[in-house]
Amino acid sequence: MRLAKDLMAATSAPLVLAILSEGESYGYAIIARVRELSDGEIEWTDGLLYPLLHRLEGAELVASHWGLAESGRKRRYYAITDAGRAELAEHRKQWSTAVNTLAHAFGAGGRLWPAFAPATAVAR
Amino acid sequence: MSRGDTGRVDALDPESAIASWRAYLVSRGSLSDGDADELEDHLRSQIDALRAAGLDADEAVLIAVKRMGRQDEIAGEYARENSRRLWKQLVVAGSPARPRRLDGGVIMLAFAVLAALLAKLPWLLGAAIAPAVLGGAVLAMATLAASVAWRTRPPRALVAASAVGFAVIFVLALAYPFGGRGDTLVIFGLHAPIVLWLLIGLLYAGAGWRTAAGRMDFVRFTGEWIVYLALIALGGGVLMGITAAVFSALGADPSTVLIDWVAPCGAAGAAVVAAWLVDSKQEVIENMAPVLGRVFTPLFTIAVLAMLAGAVVTGGFGAYREVLIVVDVLLVVVTGLVLYVLSAQQPTARPGWTERLQLLLVLAAFALNGFALAAMLGRIGDGGFTPNRVVALGVNLVLLVGLAGTAWLLARRAFRADASTRRLLAWQTGYLPVYGAWALAAAVVVPPIFAFA
Repeated sequence: MRLAKDLMAATSAPLVLAILSEGESYGYAIIARVRELSDGEIEWTDGLLYPLLHRLEGAELVASHWGLAESGRKRRYYAITDAGRAELAEHRKQWSTAVNTLAHAFGAGGRLWPAFAPATAVAR
Repeated sequence: MSRGDTGRVDALDPESAIASWRAYLVSRGSLSDGDADELEDHLRSQIDALRAAGLDADEAVLIAVKRMGRQDEIAGEYARENSRRLWKQLVVAGSPARPRRLDGGVIMLAFAVLAALLAKLPWLLGAAIAPAVLGGAVLAMATLAASVAWRTRPPRALVAASAVGFAVIFVLALAYPFGGRGDTLVIFGLHAPIVLWLLIGLLYAGAGWRTAAGRMDFVRFTGEWIVYLALIALGGGVLMGITAAVFSALGADPSTVLIDWVAPCGAAGAAVVAAWLVDSKQEVIENMAPVLGRVFTPLFTIAVLAMLAGAVVTGGFGAYREVLIVVDVLLVVVTGLVLYVLSAQQPTARPGWTERLQLLLVLAAFALNGFALAAMLGRIGDGGFTPNRVVALGVNLVLLVGLAGTAWLLARRAFRADASTRRLLAWQTGYLPVYGAWALAAAVVVPPIFAFA
């Protein structure tokens, strides 16, 4: 599934912060992790990820350092900063509000949009 | 035909393919070495994953490169992040909210011709020499402002504000009865253009004129405009020299035509053309700015240190009357150089030797300024406060405060972990209006106070 451009833009920063909060990582692995988390539905490109990482670094939400990959290659690793964790907490609050609201709204009109039935309902 | 056959004629060498891919990206001019390393690691990770899935090395390279997206797209994304230059966003489809007009070479030429004509208009209408030159220059800059506004399409309020500013300076240029030794005339002539240039900056930055990024774009524009103008002036000077030589040899005197017409009209037209070139041919100059900054920072540092050594050896400035003016010019150049280097820097760049050299340069300029101030204050008794001295002191103060803040932030950046350039940018761009306010005061208030001496 292709997410709309706006939705892609809005979710990318919190996703990267959340993935980095699991531990430091690098570009290729972050894209792989997004693929895994989305069950293969979301495929990021390098053109999206690296500018985003550099922007987050400019805002001091993440920090980068050069290290060596297992293969012995130079590799840039990214780690979340304290400011990044605070930002992530804020994202989490806002997203849970947004997602809950949408789930309720879509649930009320479930007849019209069966595809959007809230995940909790499906689980039950 | 067999896969992996080493005898295959058109076999793709993975290493050379990766090297040429990387060279292509770097040649686009928007990637630092670190960014290229990072992308190359990404590409190689992709290749490894594809090979692990059973592909041959050459197949893996081809698919991995393809998956990295269209290469100009990558370069475009990088361009946007790396330099944050508004014009760079043009590379990326559909990003700027307010598209700039970059084509229109014909319109630019029309603006250039208009500037050249308007530069001579007051003279044609029979104005005296001082108002003719000043008024012509204001009109030429107004045309330049109009051409910038035509391209950037700033909000109406900003256009109105700068139009009022230009009108006021134009009226004063014609109305101020400069006389005597011409000191206040020179002061007006040096400061009014700064006010007008900042008004042009207002139009250039448009709606973003309050933001550090918008102002820094204008600083960058200024630096690149000066480089282009210098190149054009160089070529124009050579051309005029040859023309003069040939006509002199023909027995005709070309000096009136060249000095009264070609030089002022050419300068006015060149100002417009240079501004257009900055916005439409950035790729060329963009690579030049950081290089020039890096070349000239050490040279200036050495020169100022030499001057400082000279001041120490000779015991300071002795007989030279307007010593402060010379040092002011030096401080202006140092301020400009520091701004120029900063404007070319990537926001995430780590501090290195450039920062330390800049700091040394600023501190050396401070010390030299101390000598000049001592010499000046020692002799303020004889002659008292002339307009030149008041303005020289004012300029000195304004520049010193600006450079002191810069030095402090540079020191933090060079010697501590505060690696981000954000505070430096905020200070430098926040201080720009101070230059404007001072220039306005010097141009408008100082001449009447000293009775247009």
